[in-house]
Amino acid sequence: MIEVNNIHKSFGDNHVLKGISTTFEKGKTNLIIGSSGSGKTVFVKCLLGLFKPEEGTISYDGRIYSELTLAERRNLRQEMGMVFQGSALFDSMTVEGNVMFPLEMFTKQSRSEMLERVNFVLQRVNLPDANNRFPAEISGGMKKRVAIARAIVMKPKYLFCDEPNSGLDPKTAIIIDNLIQEITQEYDITTVINSHDMNSVMEIGEKIIFLKDGHKEWEGSNKEIFKTDNAAVTNFVYSSELFKKVRQMYIEERN
Amino acid sequence: MNYVSSIGSYSIMVREVFKKPTKWPIMKSLILKEIDELIYGSMGIIIFISFFIGGVVAIQTALNISNPLIPRNLIGFATRQSVILEFAPTFTSIIMAGKVGSYITSSIGTMRVTEQIDALEVMGVNSLNYLVFPKIIAMFLYPFAVAIAMYVGIFGGWIAGVFGGFSSSADFVEGLQLDFIPFHVTYSFIKSVVFAFVIATVPSYHGYYMKGGALEVGKASTTAFVWTSVVIIILNYILTQLLLG
Repeated sequence: MIEVNNIHKSFGDNHVLKGISTTFEKGKTNLIIGSSGSGKTVFVKCLLGLFKPEEGTISYDGRIYSELTLAERRNLRQEMGMVFQGSALFDSMTVEGNVMFPLEMFTKQSRSEMLERVNFVLQRVNLPDANNRFPAEISGGMKKRVAIARAIVMKPKYLFCDEPNSGLDPKTAIIIDNLIQEITQEYDITTVINSHDMNSVMEIGEKIIFLKDGHKEWEGSNKEIFKTDNAAVTNFVYSSELFKKVRQMYIEERN
Repeated sequence: MNYVSSIGSYSIMVREVFKKPTKWPIMKSLILKEIDELIYGSMGIIIFISFFIGGVVAIQTALNISNPLIPRNLIGFATRQSVILEFAPTFTSIIMAGKVGSYITSSIGTMRVTEQIDALEVMGVNSLNYLVFPKIIAMFLYPFAVAIAMYVGIFGGWIAGVFGGFSSSADFVEGLQLDFIPFHVTYSFIKSVVFAFVIATVPSYHGYYMKGGALEVGKASTTAFVWTSVVIIILNYILTQLLLG
C-alpha cells in the first residue's frame, strides 16, 4: 500500500502539486486521471522518487521515503516496476536483454536461472518468440508488453504505468489494460496508472483519483464515477458523446 | 551566471559518475563496447588525418626554407616537433571532440528524450555511472591512439618530404633525431589523458542534462562540440605553460 500525505511540489513559481493526500491499495489498479497540466506526471514521478516533494510524505507499506537512507531508497527502488509512456526500452539490447537487465544488475542468479525467469515473464505477457528481436523491430503494442515484462521481472511490490495505452489501437489497448489488471491481482501488486484513456477508467479503474490544477478533485471507483455529481469530473470523463450516452444508460438502468 | 551554474552541475555530475558502481561483469562489457566505439572506431580517421597533416607540415616547412644555409634536416625536425607537441595530441583531440563527442551527446541525449535514463533511475541504477564511467575508462586508452597519430604523422612527413623531392631520407631521419627531448612525448601523453577526460565528460554532460526532443539532441551535440573544443584549447594553453613554460 502507498500512502500519500499532503504533498506539495513546485518548479520555481509554478506550484504543480498542492497538498495531495490519498491511498493506493495493494492488489488494486489505481488510476490517476486529469487533463493535461493537472500534475499527473509530476505526481507519479514523486511516487517513483524521481522528484522530491517540498512538503508532505509518501509511505510505502509503512516506509516513509524521505526518512529512508540512500541504501534503503535503492532497495525500495528495486521493489518498483515502471512502464513508461514510450516504453523506454534500451535500443541497443534485444527484448531478452531488456527484460534480463534488472536481473543482471541486481541479482546473483546464474544465466540459466535468469533466462528461465525472462522466458516465464515473456510468456506471461504473450510474447514467447520475441527474445532475439530488437525494440526497433517490434510493434508499439509488443514494446508495451516488453516494458511490462521488464517491470515485473523482479517481482515488484509496486507497479507504475505512465499512459500505458497511448499510441495503441483500441483492441491492443484493452489487451494491455487487462494484462496489467491480471498481473496486479495475480502478484498482489500496488499498481498506479497515469491515464487519459476513458476505456481504462471504466474497465480497470478499481480506484480513480481525479486531479485538477494540482489538487485532488475527486476519488472513487469506476462504479462510483457513473454516479458522481462533481462537475469537473463529469466534464472530463463524459466529454465525448459516447460516454455521455453510456452514463445516461447507466442512470436509466438504475432508475 | 549561467556558466558558473553549468560548471557546478558538471562538477556534481563528475562526482556522481564515481558513486555507486555498476556490477563489474556488466561494467567490463560496457567498457569493452566503448573501447570499440570510441577508440577502435576512431582509428581510421585519426590515421588518415595524421598522415596528411604530417605530410603538409613537411611540405610547408620545405617550401619556406629559401636560405641555402638552412640545413635540409630542418624538415624532419619541424615535422617531429609539430606532430609530437601539437598535431597528434591537440589537433586529433579536436577531431575526436567532433566525432566521439557528438556520438556521446547524441546517444545519451536520445536516451534522455526516450526516457531510458529515467528507466535506469527508477530501477535503482546510478545512470551516470552506467553511462559515463565506461566512456571515461575507454578514453584512457586515447594516449595509445595519440601515439599512433605521432607515428603516422611523422611517417606522412617522411613520405611527403622524400617522395616530394624536398629532402633526402637521411636528412629527414637526421632531423627527426636532432635535439630530441623525450619529455616532449611525456608532455604530449599528459595532455592527451587530460583531453580524453574532457572528451568523455563534457559531451556526456550536454547529453545527460539536455531537455526537449530530437531537435534539441542535435543542438546539444553542436553545443557539446563547441564547448569540448573550447575547453581543450584553454587546457592546452594552461598545460603547455605549466609543463614547458
